[in-house]
Formats: sequence, structure tokens, C-alpha cells
Amino acid sequence: MSDAAVPHDKEAGFGDYIALLKPRVMSLVVFTALVGVLVAPGQIHPFIAMTAILFIALGAGASGALNMWWDADIDAVMKRTQRRPVPAGKVLPGEALGFGMALSGISVVMLGLATNLLAAGLLAFTIFFYAVVYSMWLKRSTPQNIVIGGAAGAFPPMIGWAVVTGNVGVEAVLMFMIIFMWTPPHFWALALFMNEDYSKAGVPMLTVTHGKKVTRAHVLVYTILLIPFAVGAAFTSIGGPVFLAVSVVLNGIFLLGAWRIWRRDEVMAAADKYAVEKQVFKFSLLYLFLIFGAFLAEAALKPYGLGGW
Amino acid sequence: MVFSEEHDMHKRRFSRNVGLGLVLVAFVALVFGLTVVKVMNLGEMQAFDHVVRPELVPNSVRVPVEEAPKQ
Repeated sequence: MSDAAVPHDKEAGFGDYIALLKPRVMSLVVFTALVGVLVAPGQIHPFIAMTAILFIALGAGASGALNMWWDADIDAVMKRTQRRPVPAGKVLPGEALGFGMALSGISVVMLGLATNLLAAGLLAFTIFFYAVVYSMWLKRSTPQNIVIGGAAGAFPPMIGWAVVTGNVGVEAVLMFMIIFMWTPPHFWALALFMNEDYSKAGVPMLTVTHGKKVTRAHVLVYTILLIPFAVGAAFTSIGGPVFLAVSVVLNGIFLLGAWRIWRRDEVMAAADKYAVEKQVFKFSLLYLFLIFGAFLAEAALKPYGLGGW
Repeated sequence: MVFSEEHDMHKRRFSRNVGLGLVLVAFVALVFGLTVVKVMNLGEMQAFDHVVRPELVPNSVRVPVEEAPKQ
């Protein structure tokens, strides 16, 4: 912006550009990418590992900025997102686009130079998938948007794996599938009690298009579909008895929660102010953290002859 | 040319400019660090022509000049 007469409260600070990168999403990306790097067979220099995770996170942030550029009209309508830099008038839409595009290029090129072309290609695809396939195309056209959007969030551990090994193994695919299948029940549990005005924003949310009863069934079905991947990963090279034990317990609790959500109707939910739905949503966050933590535990135990089978 | 009076805009954008400066310095440090690590991982080689230097390779056999077969 060349205009020196910008109102003080509309002036973008450094923090507004950080907000464009969706730092909370980035923290999840950093964690899962780090697990991908640490559990992969082979060794890379710690500095290169750190650089790779930084640029994976930056790439994820870049796709967040592109998303905020494209979705500024939706964000302006919904209460939760009204204060984001673009709808708040602090950052111009064109600036968010330029910022996102520039960071996309930097992160992909730097990841390629620091590690390998496969990892860089996967990162480029992730950005494309989130910004174009999810944000521009499917988010506003199908109530299954959450399922597709989940794929973008599922790529980081696979990229982390590719950083070390230079390929994509069955373990990387399983880590991808765990996040991919976890996203729908996680998000729909939230959608059940959030009551966002998605219809006003023109986003077809399952709770609005098909009702909460169908959404409850979807939470249960996707949780059931998640279990084979989360338990099956125990029998690969990154799993082991510790992971199996943790996974069985966590999946059991998650399934029980999804079952309880499915059994309830709106009258019951309203009576206790969506206590079960809130509980399951909170647990789903813990679930992902502990599942990936269990992968890390197996990798950490390996040097002592305790990890793996 | 001397800026005798600081414009209000400069004050307002101070934090943003300092932040950007720090990010750029960090980026330079990162690229430098990457370069050091990558060059160190190249192994034993001579700097001027980037070829392996036989006398630096462990277990390499050195044939004394006087024992070399005559042409």
C-alpha cells in the first residue's frame, strides 16, 4: 500500500501477516511433519530436518493466505472469521494473494533445494489442493467439502517421510489416511454444536444441507472407517506393541464417543448443551496428538531394542 | 537528502519493518547454514575443481613414484 493516509486502526501490523498464515493450523502441520521425519528410516542432518519442517509449515501457511484471499467474502459474513486481516480491511485481497503466491514459491523451491524434488512436489500439490481444489472448487459446491479438505491437512507427515527417504512408503500412506479419516468426525462433531451461519455464507455444510441426524451418522461412519488405518499402522515398520496398545485404547474411546453422538437426537443434545459432542470434539484433538505421539514413542524406543516388533 | 521530520507512517509501520528485517536476516542465516551443511556432506574433495582427492580417501593405496611401472 502506498497510501500514507491509511486510518491507524486499519494499518496492517506484522502480526496481521502472521495471521494470514493460520498459525494454529501450522502448529498441527509442524507436529505431524516432524513425526513423519523422525519415524522415517534413514538419517538426515538435523539442520536439514529443521529447515524442511520450517518450509513445509511455510507452504501450509501460504495456502492459508491464499484461502483467506479467496474466502474473504465468506469470512466477512461469519462471526468467527470477521476479524481476519482481509475482511477486517487491514490487508488488501491482492496483497494476501501476492503474499500467498510468493510464500508458496519460496517454500516449494527451498524445500526442493534443501531436500529432494519429491518432497517439494508433494508440498506444491498440497498447496494446490488446499487453495484450488478445496477452497475455490469444492468448499462451496459439496457438503462433503470437509472430507476433501482433510486431504490437504493429511499430506504433511507424508512430505516429512519423503524428505528423509525420497519416496512414499506404505507407512507414509497410513499416516496420511489416519489424518484424512480423522478430519470428518473431528470437524462434524464441532459443526454439530457451533451453529455457524454457513448457509448465509453460501457454504454447503452437512449440518445445514442434510440436517444434524445425517451428520451424526456421518461422524460414526467415518470413525469406523478410521479404525482399520489407525490400528493397521501398528503392524508396519513404524508401529509396535506400544503403538498397538495406545491405538486400540484411543480408537475404542473415539468409537464409543461417535456411537453416543449417533444415538442422540437434538432434544437430548439441547438438554445438556451438546455435552457429548463437545467432549468428542475435544477428545478428537487429543486422539490425533496421542496417535502421532505413539509413533514417536516407537521411534524413540527403537535404539534401546524396545520399539517395533 | 535528509529526512528532517519522521512521517507518521514510518512510526506506524515500524514494527512491520523490524519484523520483516528480522525475517530476512533469519532467511539469510538459514540459507548460509544449509550451504555449510550441504558442502560438509559432500565428503573429501578438493575445493578448486570439485573432484575427489585420492590421498584424502581412507584406505586408498598410494604407489610411490619410483615403483611405478615404466612405460
